[in-house]
Amino acid sequence: MPDTSIALELTDIHKSYGSLEVLKGVSLKANDGDVISILGSSGSGKSTLLRCINLLEQPAKGRVVIGGEELQLKPGKSGELEAASRKQLESMRSRIGFVFQSFNLWPHKTILGNIIEAPMHVLKQSREQAVERAEGLLKKVGLYEKRDAYPGNLSGGQQQRVAIARALAMDPQVLLFDEPTSALDPELVNEVLSVMRELADEGRTMLIVTHEMRFARDVSSQVVFLHQGQIEEIGTPEEVFDNPKSQRVRDFMSSHS
Amino acid sequence: MIDLHGFGHLLLAGTWVTVKLALVSLFFGLIFGLLGASAKLSKYKFLRWMATGYTTIVRGIPELLIVFAIYFGGSALLMSVASLFGYEDYIEVNPFMAGVAALSIAFGAYATEVFRMAILSIPQGQWESAQALGMTPAKTFSRIILPQVWRVALPGLGNLFQVLMKDTALVSVVGLQDIIRQASTAVSSTNEPFTFYLAAACIYLVLTAFATAGTLWMERACTPQARYKG
Repeated sequence: MPDTSIALELTDIHKSYGSLEVLKGVSLKANDGDVISILGSSGSGKSTLLRCINLLEQPAKGRVVIGGEELQLKPGKSGELEAASRKQLESMRSRIGFVFQSFNLWPHKTILGNIIEAPMHVLKQSREQAVERAEGLLKKVGLYEKRDAYPGNLSGGQQQRVAIARALAMDPQVLLFDEPTSALDPELVNEVLSVMRELADEGRTMLIVTHEMRFARDVSSQVVFLHQGQIEEIGTPEEVFDNPKSQRVRDFMSSHS
Repeated sequence: MIDLHGFGHLLLAGTWVTVKLALVSLFFGLIFGLLGASAKLSKYKFLRWMATGYTTIVRGIPELLIVFAIYFGGSALLMSVASLFGYEDYIEVNPFMAGVAALSIAFGAYATEVFRMAILSIPQGQWESAQALGMTPAKTFSRIILPQVWRVALPGLGNLFQVLMKDTALVSVVGLQDIIRQASTAVSSTNEPFTFYLAAACIYLVLTAFATAGTLWMERACTPQARYKG
C-alpha cells in the first residue's frame, strides 16, 4: 500500500488572472498528520493555491489528489480546468475542510444549525447523529453554551472557532486554513490558534496559510515559502526559519520577527 | 356611522375579491420575480436577454394597458385558436384570471429587480462556504442563499405588494366585481359618490395597513439574532 499515507498531493498547479500568472507550477505533498504552513508576502499566490485544491478557484493546469483519489478535471470554456464530474467534486469537497479568513458562517442559522447543515444535507446523517457530533465539537472549541446563538451574536474569534467546528463536523481528511486569524482583532487571535494547535497535536492533516510566524514555527512539520507563484523554499521549520537558503526568505523572516 | 343603504355586503364581497386577486397575484408574481432574477444573473446570454426584455417592456407600459392586452388580446387569441377547430362564438376571458395574469406579470417585473439586487448583496463567501462543504448548487441556493435573500428583499417586496393591492382596482375596468366596481354600482343607484368612494378608500387603507404589519412581522421573524438573549 504505497499511497495510503499520502493525504494530499498537488502537481504542477498553474493559475492566471488574465495575463497575470499567480501560480507558476506549484507541487506539494502532505502525508497523513502533516501540518504544512504556507508563508509568503501578499500576492505570492498562497491563498490562490489553497483555493485551487477544492476548486473554489479553477486552475489552468495541474493535478489534485486527495487520499489517493484524483480530482477529475477537464478544460472549460475559458481555458481553465473545471470538474469533470460535479458529483465527484462535491464528494471530494466534503472530505476537505476549508476555513476562511472571513469565517463565512451563515447568519440566518444558529451556531448549531451552521454545524449540522452539511452533515445532514451532504452526508445525509440523521439530525440526532449530527447534533450529537456538533455538540461534542462545540465543547471542544469551548462554545457549547453558544449553541443557540446566531453568528451575529458572537465575536470574531468565537465565529472562527465555530467555523472550525463546522469544518470538523464533516470529519475531513485534510483541513485547509486560509489566513484564519487575519480578520481578527489581536486579542482574539490566540483563542483560534490554540484550537488549531490542539488539532495539530491530534494528528490532523492541515495546510495553513498564515502570517503568524511563531505559530507556524511551533506547529508545522513543514514550511513552504511561496514567492511570485513558485515555491522559493521548502523544509522543516528549523531549516526555513533559522537557516533559510534563499536571500528572499531571509529578508522576509527578518522583517516578520 | 355612514349609511351604506344596504350596500355593505356588496362592498364586503368586493373586498374579498380584491384580497383574493392581490394574494394570488402576489404568489405568481413572486415566482416570476425569482425566475426573472435568476435569468438576469444567469451565465447564459439568451436568458439574460429574455429577462431584460421582460422587465423593460412590462415596466415601460401602464398596468392598465397590460390588463387590456391580456383581457382583449387573450380572448382574441383564444377565439382564433378556437376557430381553427370550427368554434366561431365569442369567447370571454375570465376577468379574475386576466387580472391575476396582468398583475402578477407586472409585480414580477418589479420584483425581478428587487430579487436581483438582494441576491447580489449576499457576499460571495456565503456561496463558497456552502460549496466548500460539498453542498450542491441547488441546496446552496435554497438553504443558504434564498433565506438571506428574503431578509434583504422583504422591505422592497412589501412596498411592491402595497402597489399591487391598489392596482387591483384597474381590473374593475374589465368587469371584475372588486371593491371599486361594487362601490360604483352602489354610487349609480344611490347617487352618493362621496359615501361609497370614501368607504372604498377606507377599505384599501385597512388592507394596506394589514400588509404593512405583515411585512414588519416577517422582517422581525427574519432577524432572529436580534432577539437572542444569551
